[in-house]
Amino acid sequence: MGKWSRRAFISAGVLAGGVVVFGVAIRPGNRADKVAGLIAGEDDTVFNVWVKIAPDNRITAIVPHAEMGQGVHTTLAMMLADEMDADWDLVDFMEAPAHKEYANYALAKGYAVGDVDFPSWLIDTVDGFFLTATKAMNLQITGGSTSVPTTGQAGMRVAGAATKAVLLQAAADSWKVPLTELSAQKSMIVHSGSSKSATYAELAGAAAELSQPVKPVLKTPDQYTIMGTDVQRFDVPPKVDGSARFGIDAVLPGMKYATVKASPVFGNAVKSFDESSIQDMPGVRKVVNLGDAVAVVADGYWQAKKALDQLAIEFERNGNETVEQSDIFNQFAADMDRAVSDGEEITDFEKGDAGAAMSSADSVVEAEYRVPYLSHAPMEPMNCTAWLHDDVCELWTGTQNPLGFAAEVASALDMDTANVQLHNEYLGGGFGRRAFPDYTIQAARIAAEVPYPVKLIWSREEDMRHDHYRQASISRFKAALDSSGKPIAWINQYVEKYDPAEAPHIPYGIDNQFIHYAESKTHVPWGFWRSVDHSLHAFFTESFIDEVAIQAGDDPYKYRRNLLEQAPRFRDVLDLAAEKSDWGAPLPENWGRGIAIHRSFGTIVAQVVEVEIVDGTVFPRRAICAVDAGFAMHPDGMKAQMESGIIYGLTAALFSDISIRHGAVAQSNFHDYQMLRMNQSPEIETYIINSGEKVGGAGEPGTPAIAPALVNAIFNATGKRIRELPVRLHDLTNEDLKSKDVA
Amino acid sequence: MINLTINGEPHELDVDPTTPLLWVIREQAGLNGTKFGCGIAQCGACTVHLNGSPIRSCRTPVQAVAGKEITTIEGVGSIDGELHPVQQAWIDEQVPQCGYCQSGQVMSAVALLAKNPSPSDRDIDLAMSGNVCRCGTYPRIRRGIKKAAIAMNGVADSGEKING
Repeated sequence: MGKWSRRAFISAGVLAGGVVVFGVAIRPGNRADKVAGLIAGEDDTVFNVWVKIAPDNRITAIVPHAEMGQGVHTTLAMMLADEMDADWDLVDFMEAPAHKEYANYALAKGYAVGDVDFPSWLIDTVDGFFLTATKAMNLQITGGSTSVPTTGQAGMRVAGAATKAVLLQAAADSWKVPLTELSAQKSMIVHSGSSKSATYAELAGAAAELSQPVKPVLKTPDQYTIMGTDVQRFDVPPKVDGSARFGIDAVLPGMKYATVKASPVFGNAVKSFDESSIQDMPGVRKVVNLGDAVAVVADGYWQAKKALDQLAIEFERNGNETVEQSDIFNQFAADMDRAVSDGEEITDFEKGDAGAAMSSADSVVEAEYRVPYLSHAPMEPMNCTAWLHDDVCELWTGTQNPLGFAAEVASALDMDTANVQLHNEYLGGGFGRRAFPDYTIQAARIAAEVPYPVKLIWSREEDMRHDHYRQASISRFKAALDSSGKPIAWINQYVEKYDPAEAPHIPYGIDNQFIHYAESKTHVPWGFWRSVDHSLHAFFTESFIDEVAIQAGDDPYKYRRNLLEQAPRFRDVLDLAAEKSDWGAPLPENWGRGIAIHRSFGTIVAQVVEVEIVDGTVFPRRAICAVDAGFAMHPDGMKAQMESGIIYGLTAALFSDISIRHGAVAQSNFHDYQMLRMNQSPEIETYIINSGEKVGGAGEPGTPAIAPALVNAIFNATGKRIRELPVRLHDLTNEDLKSKDVA
Repeated sequence: MINLTINGEPHELDVDPTTPLLWVIREQAGLNGTKFGCGIAQCGACTVHLNGSPIRSCRTPVQAVAGKEITTIEGVGSIDGELHPVQQAWIDEQVPQCGYCQSGQVMSAVALLAKNPSPSDRDIDLAMSGNVCRCGTYPRIRRGIKKAAIAMNGVADSGEKING
């Protein structure tokens, strides 16, 4: 804390009905974090968080992130409220979608203050918010597990502290007492020397007159009263009675329904279709050629779907129709071979001289791993409701990137971005998929052809066949061991690098390392998938270190531990997972136990999985998770995210592969892209370490380590090493299950 | 015209009789709590009750339920707005994440407990494995069902370990 100076510029004012709004512009100052350079220059305003105080002393935190079940609305409101010393029972939130180049404050007011007229003296702040938010939020989509570490730590907390500072100042001025005699508690300012006290609402008007910059001091963890507690999430009650509004639930007067079919082979243009074959079908209103897709608009979704199913569409061919999944893996392997033979390895990380160490090795371990393409398959299929009226395009959808979506739609319709108004609803799952605007652009383009609002709903088949996929990849390893079994060199080559850069890096103390990659482009669209490149590299590296440990004749946990002497934070997390799992305790026949550890998005996670193999089917029975994210703002929320990440990762590891057949995705729905269900879901125990290190993310770090922990457990149970995911592809029925004397 | 009752309210509907019940509930009856997930009865997001039993409304033609009683998530609590014990347990255990599948999960759980007041883990597996949750809330759903069972019966199934 306190490594960089914080200056918060407050502008504020009283609105109709006595509501006071504080717009707090925060300067990053001397942030050491590289993020500062990505988002904004040294003196740029990065966040502008709104705090509303109503006459009944209710505080509304305005949160610039999308809720997709990660609890972000609640956690960010907690961070603001705690710094503000607010009474949590009087805190609400609202989501503040941003809008690129939002110079039009008339639109902004709809987001920030509902129907209340916007006072002219706030216009500059509003403009400032949206113009600078453009930079920040174009990158700062809800994703990358950044909300708490970035918006929360550098935005919400500073805004809360700054607002409290002006409230204290207002009381000091009004009562003519020194600031040092005042304290803030539960949305009240109290004077220690007298019986004077006032609510925030009572002071808010006077505080709004104070617009000087303040330098708020943030709390230390021992002063937290809300952060670190398990308050109930705001979004849970509407999600148990059906009242939560998702994108798919938008309802507008006169609204019609559309569904769409794009070329099965990505990107091919529509060649022809016979509109007359369906135009007389019940309810059909319009057939729209979108260039690479055809949409049918009808009075109801089912009518649109039936008509579209009946419409024969011919697509152009682009040469990719002959691509099969095996061709893609062959291409990867060839490009990897070529990179090495031509000396065109692209260096990812290098330390010491791995090649030289390899030649002096006592023994060498080698292995090659493969992972398939993956689809996100959120429960809510892609959808967007669009309505073009009065020169405005209004959109209702769920997105991880409202600002980017609005900009993309404006560009597609050749409109001014200021005239695209996006209403972000709850997301029925994101996982990275809802960072891509394709469905929103389609909806807007369909709506541009008709005089009424249109709700576009993709079928599940369309969702699965037109995703942006986690890449398939191959990773090859070679480790050199000395005579004691200790690794002295680590060489890793893989194919297709995206993000984050450090995903293939290992925490282990190995003196000579060479990690490199080859590029090998395919026609399959790529997308961020929960934990992004970490999702594959943790499987690769943590499977391989397990193989190395076993080759060295050591216990997989102890072997890792010995290599983490210089990484005590990792070692503590690993130790906790091992301890809580009773590592080494005997297991029943046909059971196995596996461990893995990985850091992603600033958070270290170690997991132990226990599996039972029943007639060749893998049942993960128990998962133990130890996590160090620096500080868990909402411990139960952190646990929920670990549970979620584990089950998302187990689903992919056990079942999921998207494969390319004749250039198109072969899978289409949950019958051939299977999901983990209740009967195969393990008991999960999560243990949190609050190390006090820099705060990391929670949404993604639960996923990477679970796949290697699983295959390591399967090896422990069966002696069979799975080097290609998903596990489903491997026959575990005929393995000679090894005897259970393994520690 | 097709007549059916949804949450105690009679509806007279002028729709294609082959239309899946899901779309009639959402578009004609205007009840959006029941969700579209897969359209092939594989995920359970569209689960409603037909005369008290859970069905997948995305694969049920509306003509098949003519004259019958349908209950959706909006009708599962009491008339005065009190939550069903399953819904309350879902809040207590903070079950939902994205929440999109949870209407279907709640409907399956309510149907399970109506038939089996003290379900074992195996019973829960059987009753709930038709409902997919991509956010992975299964451990909390299991806990929620056991908690609701206790609230409804005053007793837990002593033969089974409560997860957690």
